[in-house]
Order: sequence, then structure tokens, then C-alpha cells
Amino acid sequence: MQLDRKNKLLIGLGAVVAILVAKLFSIQILNDDYKDASLSNSMIRTTIYPTRGIIHDRNGNILVGNKIAYDLMVTPAEVEEFDTLALAKILGKEPEFIHEKMAEYKKRRRSIGFQSVAMIKHMTPEEYLRFDEVKYRFPGFSGQARSIREYPFNAGGNLLGYVSEVDADFIAKHKDEYKSGDYAGKTGIEAAREKELRGEKGYNIYLRNSRNKIESPYRNGEMDKEAKAGNDITTTIDAPLQHYGQELMKNKVGSLVAIEPSTGEILAMISSPGIDVDMLADIGKHYGEIASNPYKPMFNRAVQAPYPPGSVFKLVNGLIGLQEGVFTPSTRYSCSMGYHFGRNKLGCHSHKSPIDFEESIMMSCNAYYCNVFRAILENDRYKDIGEAMDQWNRYVKSFGFGRKLGSDFPAELGGFIPDARYYDRFYRKGGWKATTVISLSIGQGEIGCTPLHLANFCAILANRGWYYIPHIVKDSKAVKIDPKYKEKQYTLVDTTHFPKVIKGMWRAVNSGFGSGGTASIAAVKGLDICGKTGTAQNPHGDDNSVFICFAPADNPKIAVAAYIENGGFGARWAAPLASLLVEKYLNGEISEERKPLERRMMDGYLLDKVKVKK
Amino acid sequence: MVSSRGNRGLAKTLDWHIIICYLLLIFIGWLNIYASVHSSEPTSIFDWSCRSGKQFIWFLTSVGLASVILFVINPRAYEGLSFVFYLLMIGLLVAVIFLGVEVKGSRSWFAFGPVRFQPAEFSKITTSLLLATVMSQLGYRITRIKDFFVTALIILIPMLIIVLQSETGSALVYVGFIFVLYREGLSGWFIVLTGMAILLFITTLTSSAYTALLVLFVLTTLCDSLYTGKMKRWLLIRFPVALFLIFVPMILQWLESFESLPAFVSQINPAYVVVAVVALMIPFVTYKAFRERRIFTHLATISMIAGALLVFSTQFIFNDVLQDHQRKRIEVLLGMKEDPSGVGYNVNQSMIAIGSGGAFGKGYLQGTQTAFGFVPEQSTDFIFCTIGEEWGFVGASLLILLYAYLIFRIIKDAERSREAFTRIYGYCVASCIFMHLFINIGMTIGLMPVIGIPLPLVSYGGSSLWGFTIMIFIFVALDRNERKYF
Repeated sequence: MQLDRKNKLLIGLGAVVAILVAKLFSIQILNDDYKDASLSNSMIRTTIYPTRGIIHDRNGNILVGNKIAYDLMVTPAEVEEFDTLALAKILGKEPEFIHEKMAEYKKRRRSIGFQSVAMIKHMTPEEYLRFDEVKYRFPGFSGQARSIREYPFNAGGNLLGYVSEVDADFIAKHKDEYKSGDYAGKTGIEAAREKELRGEKGYNIYLRNSRNKIESPYRNGEMDKEAKAGNDITTTIDAPLQHYGQELMKNKVGSLVAIEPSTGEILAMISSPGIDVDMLADIGKHYGEIASNPYKPMFNRAVQAPYPPGSVFKLVNGLIGLQEGVFTPSTRYSCSMGYHFGRNKLGCHSHKSPIDFEESIMMSCNAYYCNVFRAILENDRYKDIGEAMDQWNRYVKSFGFGRKLGSDFPAELGGFIPDARYYDRFYRKGGWKATTVISLSIGQGEIGCTPLHLANFCAILANRGWYYIPHIVKDSKAVKIDPKYKEKQYTLVDTTHFPKVIKGMWRAVNSGFGSGGTASIAAVKGLDICGKTGTAQNPHGDDNSVFICFAPADNPKIAVAAYIENGGFGARWAAPLASLLVEKYLNGEISEERKPLERRMMDGYLLDKVKVKK
Repeated sequence: MVSSRGNRGLAKTLDWHIIICYLLLIFIGWLNIYASVHSSEPTSIFDWSCRSGKQFIWFLTSVGLASVILFVINPRAYEGLSFVFYLLMIGLLVAVIFLGVEVKGSRSWFAFGPVRFQPAEFSKITTSLLLATVMSQLGYRITRIKDFFVTALIILIPMLIIVLQSETGSALVYVGFIFVLYREGLSGWFIVLTGMAILLFITTLTSSAYTALLVLFVLTTLCDSLYTGKMKRWLLIRFPVALFLIFVPMILQWLESFESLPAFVSQINPAYVVVAVVALMIPFVTYKAFRERRIFTHLATISMIAGALLVFSTQFIFNDVLQDHQRKRIEVLLGMKEDPSGVGYNVNQSMIAIGSGGAFGKGYLQGTQTAFGFVPEQSTDFIFCTIGEEWGFVGASLLILLYAYLIFRIIKDAERSREAFTRIYGYCVASCIFMHLFINIGMTIGLMPVIGIPLPLVSYGGSSLWGFTIMIFIFVALDRNERKYF
């Protein structure tokens, strides 16, 4: 055969055919990569959802458990002609519902393809069973079991938080961890402890044929993975106490926080109005209602609302003054219906005068603390008022105020304690003096703190000078907590200065009516409650009612802060509420003589006093 | 027409090999179109609301077309009418740009209600007919400049219009006509140079100017040495130089690690090192070539310089002249942009589908890749995936061999013909089928960038099926016309 042009072209043709066949040989026979990839294309993974960890209270009561619910799944590609009326009747829906859904799937059929979609979510087992019996009549429909949250105890809706299906934003934020259809904790403990609670998903792998029918488990299921249940969590919450606190706080706006001083464990944390656990279980249905509530039930006032502390803060200034040595417990100051400086006056109520430190606490004298605070700021030891102010700021912060405490609760607010720079900027340097900022002495002015800050302060008083960072999750084998919760935090004030303060607080509660003690209403026989009232000015209406207390005076078991918006005097609402909580915790029940007080507190209605934006 | 000597019966005058190949390919295509759509539209293969059913109708009409071509039209008419056909088709190609509907970014379809029609599928035929007419004229010599230019114009005009329609794939098929020109006397170096230019163009864009220059250097010096028979010199001098050039980027990187060296060292583009070395070599090589009177060496030098210019102008035009969207188009065409849901995705899925077929395939209608819609366009441009997956290496190779046999048979008939017109037209047909085969299958198995052109007679689509039917049967008719009398 001679090599003319025709033959050269034929050789070229042969060469190209050889190249094509060789490449085919390499990808179809030599190379295994493509086969594995195709297998993953034709394998179906069905997800096994893990059960979420259970949340217990400190005594082993279940706060959040699980129950089974069913999603009705539809695979539109497999649905055949079916009796719409019968299905609607079984499911307890209108026939239009089924028609609409099927029409929607038809419209979306390209994006759905061979996938399944949830037609009805969260059916109860009873509802689902009615369908399950006649499932064979409806090819393409199936049920997917799923465990959802159940709340046996109506306690701590805001603390626990809710679980809901992840949305696109959430998935984007947590790449590779969540897929659409997964659930995740969105608020509260459910969100803060999501990693421990969620468990690990498992899967079954099946092979499907070219008509998308499942043929067999892949490699007899040896590649399948069991789901791993989430870890249980024990909280520091006392469920009955939490429940009782919620009952007390009905129809009031504000917060109750109780801490065990010796451990820093949060016993109860109530923000009112709050979210009922019934709503948590089906948050999707209630979300609109919750979001449009003018009292913002989602807003956890206990850790997120910045309030002025009011007279409670006098104790802080007193302790700082003692530590700085600018006065002694026996120092007496006179009070003539207030503190006069220049042409101005900071008013006070009528009480005997002059008085010493203990009495000043018992009677909550404003003038006394104006004198103390002025002495702190005009201390010769510091070169100017700015330096003294910054020293004061350091003291106050050592009590946990003005910064995030570092609790394990999400979205904790830091609050605010002013320093020299703040006033320099406000009034220019040298443009302010002690009397300019005198309202700080009685816990008014530029101070913001949360009820949690106040409760923690109360725990410091109970402990005589130290605290553990408040926390809500207990250490357990499965769920470790940060070691910082086991480290004592000391304030800058020596322990020796505390007993006088505590004596004053004891006298405020236990001196009896007519003695001038501000918190006599909080007294409970045999409990030795020590407390301090506060009445914080509120520019939006009536004063806020504030009270902190701990009991018993020696070896305290509970420290409580109560903050009631627009509640008036501290003794009117906050003191009774806090003392009832203490009594319930320590005695387990309310004594007969205090029943009427309990009744009055529970029936109290303060919502109309609170101005809200409609 | 009736002659006592000729006019032998149908059975003896038709080339049944071609017709059986033709029918087999359509049958294979029809079966696999059904396989690729049956899972999303589970109906009978004849249900004419689904694609296999429609393809069956296209097939029936194609048989009608073929009969008309074989029994009604006098094959002698083509030569006289070819110029008119050609002009009409150019008119249609231009008109479709303005009047056509846009399908996937290209304006190449006319729409008449539900029926769509793509003139580009038919312009191959008219171009082939005109080429055959012009090149079979007495006294035509392709080596003559004037004749060459006329021929080039006939090919380039429709090709450019189709490029303007953004149907780059269809335009690329016209490159195949170079094989016809080669058969008719064009120097083989044209194929080499065209191939070279395409190679340099693609290497410059997908890799770098440096790589392209390196390839250019190795190829031209190798050709020169092979032609003049001085392999020893190539091995002793030019091969070590090439080796040095290969290591230039590494040397530059190594030099960068010395901080004492001036900063400009790190700025050196390795491509310029290649240019510098070549520029130094050229005077010596040219001087020697003069003394030894080697014309070919001069040509090699010139093509090397031309090649370098092409590389740099390609780079310049691509980076500085083209608009962003034009650049993107080329990048996508060459598969440079990794776009998982775009072009790269298609190739990957298609290779997975074919690879999963293994030696013997998964069996008819048992494919999982193609059935679940992992492979897009699977009844049209990616039909080969279904074949590869369900019929395996054996089936896919047999299909390629069937095509090869069809092309071989057409070339054989063309060569046997006594008329230049038939021969040239036959080569045109063979070249078109070959280009479609190579580009389409090359694309599905990752040898070629994704260029959407159908697999002849197998892919779903009326325009394509009609186009190839007309093209092939005109040749069968021409061939039969000769056999009647000889």
C-alpha cells in the first residue's frame, strides 16, 4: 500500500479513533475514580436524626424532654392517582389543602426532582397512626419519625430557649455542620449548649436502580452509621422555685433572679412577661404572636435590661468608703430632708437625724451617701477628682458591675459604670466636681446594671466579699463547664468591712414596723433575711421597685434580686416578691400569716402602668 | 436516462454499506434517546409527546427526504445549482441573526411555531456542494494563489457568520474542510501549521505564553532536524537548550532566594528568557543554513518568529483588547473556568456516567447517572454518556468503529469515483462527520472543551438529522449515478 494522501488521511482517521477508544478504555476500565463517584450518585443516604439531649433541673426533674412526632413526607415523582378526599379526611385537613400542596409540588417539580418534601410537619403519633394504617393506598406518601421537644414542667421558657428548623442564613453560618431539614437551638440554653445537646446524625445507605427504587442496603449496611444521642444537661435551676417565681411575676414587668451564693449557681431566673413552655414546643405557630407582643416576651430582662440600681447601690458606695477609709461605721451624718449643696438639694424622706452607717442602711438615707460619695471623690490621696473617680470605677467593677459577668447565658449585657473619661468628654476636663455626679451616690444617673448584676452583688454580700461567676449549667461527666466557674472572684473590698453592712441589712428587714426599717414587709420568722430596698427613678412613669436580699444571715443559702418596672417603692412590690421566693426556697411553703401577702402579690396587675410602644 | 447498458437495479447501484451504517446509527440513537428520557417521562418509546417518539417522526420524514433525493432529484443538477444554494444559505444565516430566537445565548434558530430549525446544520451541505463545484472545474489548481483564495473564501464566509451567531461549535466543523483541501493538493504543511496555530493559541490561553513558546521551540527545531536528517545535532545542541528553558522558572525561583541580587530578577518573565535565547540562536542557525543551503531551516525560523508573534498577540488581545464577557466566553469554551454548575460540571458528570459503565455497561435502561438527570443535555449533545453508561466500553467502542467504518466507506467510494465533483463532495461529507464525531465524543470524555455540537444521526434533533440525511444521501445518489453506468 503506497502512502498517498488518501491513505495518510485514513491513517489520521485511525489514529483519532485509537485515541478516542484509548481514552474510553482508561476511564471505563482502568480508572476506578469515576465508578466510585457514580456510586455516590446512585446511593441514597437516609438520615437518622439523633434524639436531642434532655435538660434536667438541679434535682433531676426533667425540664425539657423529647417526644415522637411525625412529618408526612411526599415524593411527588412517585405519587400516583389517589383519592384526595379520603386522604384529606384521614389527615383531618380540607381537600383544598391537599390540592394546593400537590399543585405547588407540580410547579416546583424541576427543583424537587426525586426528593421528598414535608407536607405536614409535627403530626402527633395518634394523627399519624390513622394515616399509617392505610398508607398502602397512597404510594409516594410516607412518614418520617422525628423527636421533638416536650416540656413536662412549666418553668423557664426564656432560659431554655427554643429549637427550630435551620434556615438558609444559619446553614451558611455553620458550613458543613447543618443541612436543610436539621433542627438547632436558637435561644437560651438550647442555643448555648447546642454542641452538647444536638448529638450526631447517623445514616443508612441504600442503592437505587435507574427508576429510583431502593434495591438493597449498600454493602449490607456495614457502612451505615448509627445516630448518637445528644448529651443530657443538668442545669442549676430549681424547677419548682422557677415555676413559683413565674407565678409571682404574672402580670408584672421585670425580673427575679436567685443565686446560691456558695456556688454561684442560678436557682431561678425569671423575666416577665416571658415565654410559656407551651409556646416553645411549637414556636413556629406562636412566633408572630410573641413578636408582636408589646411587652417583648423574647427579651430576657434578667440579663439584657440595663436599669439604674437605685438605693441598693448605696451599699457599694458604703463598702468603698470604708475600704478607702474616708469614713467609719460610727461616723454620723445629719439629714434635713435631703442633702444640700449650693442652691441645690437632693431630697430624702423623713427619718431621725443624725444617724450612723448601720442606721443609714436600715433607713436608706440619701444624705448619708451623698456625704460618703463626696468624701470618696474628694479624697486627698488622689491628685484630682478624675483619679479618685477612676479608683471608684475599679472598685465598682470588682463587684461585677459595668461588665459582662461571663455567665454561660448567651447575650448577657455588660451594663455601664462611668469613669473620669466619660465625664471629661461630657463636661470637658475640670468641668465637673463631686456634686455634679452626686446622683451616683444613690445609684441613679449614668449607671446601668442588669438584675443578674444585682443578684450577683447580693451573693457577694452574702459571701462577705467574693463570688463565683453565676452560671446555669452544672458540671457533669458528659458536659464539662468552664473551670472559671469554679474560681472564687474577690472584690477589692476587704472581708472585714462586710459585717457592718450585713447588720444594716438585717436591721432594715427585721426591726419591725415603726422602727424606720425600710423592708419590714420582707421579714419572715426564723429566716434571718437581710435585705436592702431600692426605688429607682424611671423617666417613663412610676419608679421602679428594687430589692436584694439573702438568707439566712449566717451561712446564706439563697441570694435574690427583684426588679419590678413601675412598681413604686422597693418595699411595695420587690421586697415582698423576693422574700416570698426566699421563703418558698428555704421553707418549701409560705407560712399562714404571709398567705394574704402571697395572694396580693399574685393578683397584682402592673402591666397597665408600663408604657409600651404599640 | 433510460439506457440499455446502464441503469442497473437499485440493489446493485446503492452503496448498502453506507445505508446500513446510516440506519444502524439512527436506530442506536433512537434507543438511547428513549433511555435518556424514560425515567423522567415514563412512556412508550413511540409516544410522540416524548423525545424518542418525536425522533421516530423525524426519522420517518428523513426516509421521505432520502427517497426524494434518491429517486426524484437528478444528481446532475447539484453542480449547476450549488452557487444559488450557497447564496440562499448565506442569506438565511445572516437573517437568523436578526430574525431568529435566542437559544442558550446563541441566535441560530428559526422558530415556526413549535418547530425550530437551525440553518447552520444545512450550510455545511451548501458549502460542500459549492466547494465540490469550484474545485472540480477544469484547470483549478489549489496551489495557485487565486484559486486558493476563492476556496478559502467559500469556507470562511459561512464560518464567520456562524461565529457571529455564537455557534462556535458549528463553526469549528468547517476547520475539517482543510482535509479536503489537503486531499486535493494543498501542502500538508498547511495542516501542520493550522494545527500548530490552534495548539499555540490554546496553550497560550490555558497555560501561559512561556509554555506556548517552549512548545513552539521544541516543535520547530524538531521538525527542522527531522526534515534535514540532522537528529544528532538536535540531540547535542537544541535538546539541551530546550531542557535549560524548561528549568527557567525554577532557576528564577532559586535566584530569588538570594537577597543580594537586584530586585528586578524576580520580575523576569520566563517567556522573555525563551525569546532572548531564541534571538541569540537565530543568527548562528541562519548563517549555517545559508552556507549549507537549507531552505527548510529558513522556513522553520520564519514560522518560529511568526509563532512567537501569534503567542504574544493572542495574549495581548485576550488580556487587553477583549471585553470581559468575550473573554469569559473563551475561558468557558476552553474549560479554563472551574464552574461546578456550568461547563466543568457537565464534563465531570459525563465522565462519571461513562466511567461507571465499565467494560460491558449496566444494560439497556439500567443507567443511573443519565436517568437521574445528573448529565445535562443528555438526549442531544451528551447522548454518548447514555451509550457509554448502559453499553459500556464494548458498546461505546463499537459505536466509534461504526462511525469510522462509515467515514472509511465514504472515502472509499469517493476515491473510486471518476468524477472530481463526487470525490470532493464525498471528502467534504467524510470530514464533516469526522469533525462532529471527534468534537462531540472528545467533549464527553474530557479530551475537548465543551462545545455543543450533536453526534451525527444519534443525537436528538430534527435539524441535525435532516441535515446529515440530506448530506449523506446526496453523496449516495451521486455515487449511485456513476454506478448506474459503470
